[in-house]
Amino acid sequence: MNYLIIGNSTAAIGAVEGIRRLDTTSSITILSDETYHTYSRPLISYWLEGKVSDEKIFYRPQDFYSANKCNVLLGKKAVKIDRSEGEVILEDGSAVAYDKLLIATGSRPFVPLMEGLDTVSNKFTFMKYDDAKAVKAVLKPDSKVLIIGAGLIGLKAAEGVYKMTKDITVVDLADRILPSILDNEGSNIVQKHLETKGVRFILSDKAAKFTDGTAILESGTALDFDILIIAIGVRPNTELASECGLEVNKGIIVDSTCKTSDASIYAAGDCTESFDVSTGTEKILALLPNAYMQGEVAGLAMAGGTKTYEKAIPMNAIGFFGLHMITAGSYDGDATSIQTEGNYKKLVLKDGLVKGYIMIGDVARAGIYTSIIKEQIPVPDLDSELLASKPQMMLFSKSRRLQNLGGVNVGN
Amino acid sequence: MKRVYVNEDWCLGCHLCEYHCSFANSGKSDMVKAFNGNTKTTPRIVIEEGDDINFAVQCRHCDEPLCVKGCIAGALTVTDGVITIDDTRCVGCYTCVLSCPFGCIVTDNEKVIKKCDLCISRTGEPACVKGCPNAAIVFEERG
Repeated sequence: MNYLIIGNSTAAIGAVEGIRRLDTTSSITILSDETYHTYSRPLISYWLEGKVSDEKIFYRPQDFYSANKCNVLLGKKAVKIDRSEGEVILEDGSAVAYDKLLIATGSRPFVPLMEGLDTVSNKFTFMKYDDAKAVKAVLKPDSKVLIIGAGLIGLKAAEGVYKMTKDITVVDLADRILPSILDNEGSNIVQKHLETKGVRFILSDKAAKFTDGTAILESGTALDFDILIIAIGVRPNTELASECGLEVNKGIIVDSTCKTSDASIYAAGDCTESFDVSTGTEKILALLPNAYMQGEVAGLAMAGGTKTYEKAIPMNAIGFFGLHMITAGSYDGDATSIQTEGNYKKLVLKDGLVKGYIMIGDVARAGIYTSIIKEQIPVPDLDSELLASKPQMMLFSKSRRLQNLGGVNVGN
Repeated sequence: MKRVYVNEDWCLGCHLCEYHCSFANSGKSDMVKAFNGNTKTTPRIVIEEGDDINFAVQCRHCDEPLCVKGCIAGALTVTDGVITIDDTRCVGCYTCVLSCPFGCIVTDNEKVIKKCDLCISRTGEPACVKGCPNAAIVFEERG
């Protein structure tokens, strides 16, 4: 067996670990268009901030490839999948053969056409190690930093530069920050927290025009900047899959073992669609844990295993300047909100199930709620009086509790 | 593999396991020094108290650990079945808190998370088991 993986980030590593649980001898080749040992993308803001060293940004130890007998081709870009020949063509024209292929190509920043953007010299996106290095190279004390996008990446970039400069302005078209993970109340709490640190927000507005060093917003506001970071969103890298005829919707379509429409080809991570059990819909869940779970089941399946991954939900744990928040699932339903000094919690129920939650500040034991959503445990089976108060094992019936606390298999 | 289990019917909810856990993880040789207020003590075991039932919960050391699989920093790893945190890698993002279905990742406003390591760095039984006055917490091999 000859395994080939396009990509070298979370899903790829999950696949290597999945394959090696069942097959310790066959050849695994990893292709990466970057030149680094596997590193953690969400750590780039911590690296920029100086909280994570050059050594600790790596997702797995330096001996990972040798310990797992992986042949790694760094700085090699895959440009085509030839399904009839069973090989992947690289940019330099060479071909790498596969028996089982994993597409773990991830996603890339979305940068819309904006007038004058090409005249801006210090402009960056913020997804890769090289992006963080490029920002660091030009970042000076008191640099004026303009960030387009108040989502997870934009705000992490703000935190990343904050040690060097407090002059940070974030612009977003939405009327509130972190709209993908928070509700109105949550957005307000986090925005206020960031504003007390000195981060400025301009919401319900967008950059209409750039010159080198100035952005003119649609409202007419002019903003001077030294460094521009564009963090509007991400798009899945699906081209290799669609161009070779695999079924692709918004992301690459895969089954519960991450197999694509070609039985020899699997796909995992940000480039795929997952089934969100909290809404019952297929969607791209560009989240690190999801990439690992998908990669792992793909690797297991490629090596002949039968494990499936069917409990995906949107979920995020993130913090800004010491304020932690954990969110999961869908907020469509009947909500119970509790707001106390410094803490906010919202629990959403629908159709007799817990569908989603937001916890800001006190996030203790949030994973119990996550598991209730993923396992779709009916609300009548839970202690309804305790449910909204705090996540605890006491919510469950004694029999389920004994089964859970006495057992050890959790799955995915 | 031996794990820590609680017998709900015997647990008194006395919280002594929390103290023994905190002491065992305090780095102090003397219990008075550990609890004199100058050392941060955070138990890795949590007592849940109900009207007529109490029980202790700590890391189950899952065979398929969601905390390890979801860790963004590669800081949580499994060695011989025991899940441990590498303090030098953890960035305190709390993705493990989001992921753990038992609520067993502990945070105390310090940079890194804390969790039960079955007292592997010490010898004999885990401190919570040794210190339980009613033998409600046991360390044993189950199927």
